[in-house]
Amino acid sequence: MNFDQARFSRDDVYEPLLSEKDSTTVEVDADGVLPDDLTRDELTLPGLSEPQLARHYTRLSQMNYSVELGPYPLGSCTMKYNPSFTEDVAGDARAAVHPDRSDRTVQGTLGLLHGLQEHLADIGGMDAVTLQPPAGAAGEFTGILIAKAYHEARDDDRSEIIIPASAHGTNFASAAMAGYDVVELPSDEDGRVDIEALDAAISEETAALMLTNPNTLGLFERDIVEIADMVHEAGGLLYYDGANFNALLGRARPGDMGFDIMHYNVHKTFATPHGGGGPGAGPVGVVEELAEYLPSPMVRETAAGYEQYEPESSIGKVHGFAGNWLVLVKAYAYIARLGDEGLADASAKAVLNANYLASQIDLDVPYGPFHHEFAATSGDRDAADVAKRMLDYGVHPPTTKWPELVPEAMLTEPTEVEDKASLDDLAHAFNAAYADSDEALETAPSKTSARRIDQVSAARNPRLSWQSLGDEE
Amino acid sequence: MTAGNGRRVGSPYAPHTDADEAAMLDAIGVDSVEDLFDIPADVRFDDEFGIDSTDERELRQSLADLFARNEELTEFLGRGHHAHYVPALVDDLSRRSEFLTSYTQYQPEIAQGFLQVLFEYQSMLVELTGLPVANCSMYDAATALAEAALLANRLRRGASGHRVLVPEHLHEGRLGVLENYLDGADMEIGEYPMDDGAVDVDALSDLVDDETVMVYAESPTVRGVIEERLADIGDIAHENDALFCLGSDVVALSLLQEPASVGADVVVGEAGALGIGSAYGMGLGIFATREEYLRQVPGRLVGVSEDSEDMRAFTLTLQTREQHIRKERATSNICTNQAWVALRTAMHIAWLGPDRLVGVAKDAVTEARDLAERLDDLSGVKAPVHDRHHFREFVVYTDQPAPAITNDLAGRGFAVHALDDHHIQVCITEANADAADEFVAAFEEVA
Repeated sequence: MNFDQARFSRDDVYEPLLSEKDSTTVEVDADGVLPDDLTRDELTLPGLSEPQLARHYTRLSQMNYSVELGPYPLGSCTMKYNPSFTEDVAGDARAAVHPDRSDRTVQGTLGLLHGLQEHLADIGGMDAVTLQPPAGAAGEFTGILIAKAYHEARDDDRSEIIIPASAHGTNFASAAMAGYDVVELPSDEDGRVDIEALDAAISEETAALMLTNPNTLGLFERDIVEIADMVHEAGGLLYYDGANFNALLGRARPGDMGFDIMHYNVHKTFATPHGGGGPGAGPVGVVEELAEYLPSPMVRETAAGYEQYEPESSIGKVHGFAGNWLVLVKAYAYIARLGDEGLADASAKAVLNANYLASQIDLDVPYGPFHHEFAATSGDRDAADVAKRMLDYGVHPPTTKWPELVPEAMLTEPTEVEDKASLDDLAHAFNAAYADSDEALETAPSKTSARRIDQVSAARNPRLSWQSLGDEE
Repeated sequence: MTAGNGRRVGSPYAPHTDADEAAMLDAIGVDSVEDLFDIPADVRFDDEFGIDSTDERELRQSLADLFARNEELTEFLGRGHHAHYVPALVDDLSRRSEFLTSYTQYQPEIAQGFLQVLFEYQSMLVELTGLPVANCSMYDAATALAEAALLANRLRRGASGHRVLVPEHLHEGRLGVLENYLDGADMEIGEYPMDDGAVDVDALSDLVDDETVMVYAESPTVRGVIEERLADIGDIAHENDALFCLGSDVVALSLLQEPASVGADVVVGEAGALGIGSAYGMGLGIFATREEYLRQVPGRLVGVSEDSEDMRAFTLTLQTREQHIRKERATSNICTNQAWVALRTAMHIAWLGPDRLVGVAKDAVTEARDLAERLDDLSGVKAPVHDRHHFREFVVYTDQPAPAITNDLAGRGFAVHALDDHHIQVCITEANADAADEFVAAFEEVA
């Protein structure tokens, strides 16, 4: 495998900015439209022809890696193949409706949302699901608001959320945004929740424990039933972070493990066009006792058709409208395409691939056995350097230096969409990069459109717009 | 693996052959895939969901059947979610897999294309707002407003309290989101009154005090009114050491007063008005602010740097503000954002160019004015209710019951929004302007 990126060079830039190709200033003439003092004087933007734009964006696309070019084994990010099909159906013109349409006139849209609510509830072992949160972190925040509403309704004032040290950073940020103090939980020597430490951390201040299972080392929390009992006995709730749910599809359900609230990263677990950073969607599932607190509106089926309603003690809104509709359509189509057999097979192959790849690389892989991902360590070599060198072997590298539990971690998640040959290529990239000279590592990458980028100077001297570049000249 | 009918059993996107699988299991040293699942027996799931695997052709048909249950209506709906015509170029190029199926640009050397697009998007927002710092997307206008309030609260400046002032006419979705985001920060929301659809500036002046961290105003408002005293509102906020946050959208910003010129410290709102069309409320949040608040900005920022050959290159920057580094002390929990929608919006703005973008915005004023005048001529109808300049939309009074009129219009192929017993809101852009004649005729029949 030898993936080379395009490199369009003209002087000291790879591809000129739109503003460098053209900058047109138009006088904004309000004559006859609005009084002059209500309008701006002028507007400056590029004014290019469509063919010029087509070339610009096509060239830029050729300077970008994607999962359709090769493996994208970013641990905990779950980047798998994006079916063309789901993209296609999301673009159905009949589904492009405004959110203020009356329920009666959008039975198709509401039918899909209802169907997705039901499917997600079944797959997670939950009783009710909201589709409104527009991303996983928004789902976390929603889930914690639900926990808060539940405790407040019982006049039970609790101030703390317990989170394992290895959890996603969003867990901490979401808990803090909801007004909670975070209690960080150390891991056991086998990489899992330290039961004794948990016992010490739990108190009548515990509103919830947020847990990722399998955790960010790819390890299943085997003591999950005991953990759930401990949290529940203390009056707290158990929250499931769905980032790693791809490993469990059809094999185990958070609801059956004792989780009360979960979010689904539908852009990771189901259809997966991550769009260079979004949009995603972070539906939240809850057990029956918490269903009354879900955001409004929810969709239900009645004899007369589908209708929207507000749950009895709803926390209200977490998105201005109904969330990220297009992402939800893709998730629904993906689930319907795979069905029971496909979902269970996806988790089976994801787990097979992770364990096979772990067995083929020369780096140390502590802990185990693994589910969908593993954290290898590059030991005395810098993980970020090894990752940059892997780019030269034609693959996207894994997540580096996280979780902190493993020194120089390379958190790798191949997902189910790689075949054996592709995994062998990935293993080769790992092993070859790991064995390369210091010089090769420090000067990598050399086959990408840009060479090693100085990220420190970008932060020290922020230039965040083409206008700021103009100032320098 | 295939079943007897030739259909693949299992995930259609898992490429393993039986021989591969056997070789991989052998290399791992286990007998079956099941041996790899380290799940205690008491929490294993052995049941079925009852979801049938469906082949692509059948599923396409069943989804088409489902969506056909949506009535085909020409929408004259707005109130925060606006549809402008999206050019084919946007659909075509944004769906190139190098954009669509890429991840967040944590390895910038291999993601220069998307990083440059996001940098260009930020730059377009800088031009439209006049503020020097724009992030490369929030979820939507509602969450962006909430993030602005949290930013104002972190700054606090001279304020002794935690109050945000918002107009009494604020979209219920935006108000609801704001309430949820502010709850955890122990902040409170105060509403100031409106006068004939615009900010009652004197009343606002009386309400702003040293408890106030931010004053929020919108132009156009949720009723489509263009505010005429934005600079006065900014002055009132600043005299009380509060931030002035202005809500707008990318089309309106191209025509209306530049936010920086009226004293805006933060601009939020919808950028999805260009790029995605009607997507059941899916949006793209704007967030722009002053240089001095740079390190308080939520979300992602793309900056310029150089690579080892001294060539200009782009990278995510100032990541120490973000949750994956700062955890509970981050400026926001936002991680996955709306990057691909931002790409589409940037493409749409570039496709229009400054001339046509301003043209679309002017049309939003003239089309709304013309339609209001035509409805106003109908018996029992007054439009617009507010004697103001409007952008895209306006409120209509009807002496007939508004819900019945809305219903009758739906029967004639048009969707409008009933505000209450006698008020209807109507929105027009170039996307539905061709249907204006038939809409007026239908309105005349039902009003």
